[in-house]
Amino acid sequence: MNRCRPKLLAIASGGGHWEQLMLVRDAFADAETSFVTTMPGLAERSGLTAYLVPDCNRNEKVKAAQCALKLLWLILRLRPDAIVSTGALPGFFAIAIGRKLGAKTLWVDSVANAEEMSMAGRLARNHADRWFSQWPAVAEAAGAEWHGAVL
Amino acid sequence: MILATVGTQLPFPRLLKALDRIALKHDLRVVAQCCEVVPGLSIEQRPFVAPAEFDELARDAAMIVGHAGIGTIIGADRVSRPLVLFPRKASLGEHRNEHQLATARSMEKREGIHVAWDEDQLEALLTGPALAPLRRGESPTRAGLIGAIAGFIAEAAPQR
Repeated sequence: MNRCRPKLLAIASGGGHWEQLMLVRDAFADAETSFVTTMPGLAERSGLTAYLVPDCNRNEKVKAAQCALKLLWLILRLRPDAIVSTGALPGFFAIAIGRKLGAKTLWVDSVANAEEMSMAGRLARNHADRWFSQWPAVAEAAGAEWHGAVL
Repeated sequence: MILATVGTQLPFPRLLKALDRIALKHDLRVVAQCCEVVPGLSIEQRPFVAPAEFDELARDAAMIVGHAGIGTIIGADRVSRPLVLFPRKASLGEHRNEHQLATARSMEKREGIHVAWDEDQLEALLTGPALAPLRRGESPTRAGLIGAIAGFIAEAAPQR
């Protein structure tokens, strides 16, 4: 049985979440990858281009709605086979929307969350096919997988 | 020159005011990426610094002082400079939860990372003996994480 090169959407908020996505980018070598982030200039610094979506957090309902709508449009257009996110809330929206549209989804909780899963990570649990923490004790307590950490 | 950063998401006036006091007292030059300018300070403040320029400033700096954000840690690692972390506290309204305290606790023992839990410790770290830099290095478990992510993606590939 042959497999086609998978179409991947790799999404992370600007800042530490994006930095972590860049530290695992070798994992995307065999995929046709579209990157999504919230800050101009970041992708270019790593020699990439990325779609931009509005940044948002739990306290910004209007921006969150705008972000989710833009992601819905992007995912309908790109039809990824897989979606990987290192956070934060925009990544959760991508995973929740993408899974409903048939993508396989993976949430990698930020290495910042050394003692418990992030809020967005806990939200993502019910929408992600796979769910990783970067801390073994956090993974065990939360029922997530641990395979390593970027730092 | 000391490069300070509060990250791209939220202001952090407590750090900037502390740095201003320390800089004036000890005649230090501080350049601070500040998110929002705190009025009345003498240190150089820039709300936003483009990623490429931030890397340049970091290379010119003797040390980096920042909130306990992962972007800050990865950035200091990239230029192999000493990093002083001053964690935000949700109890003071500086973030949505206390994960920065958790991050600082988890990173404190790593070579090149020095945590200031209060302003006195911050002053001691900035004015004391030279601090060890972060060594550019691979995390021993990063390869395992990359392998697991690659495996997940491969399994998602559509079958012909």
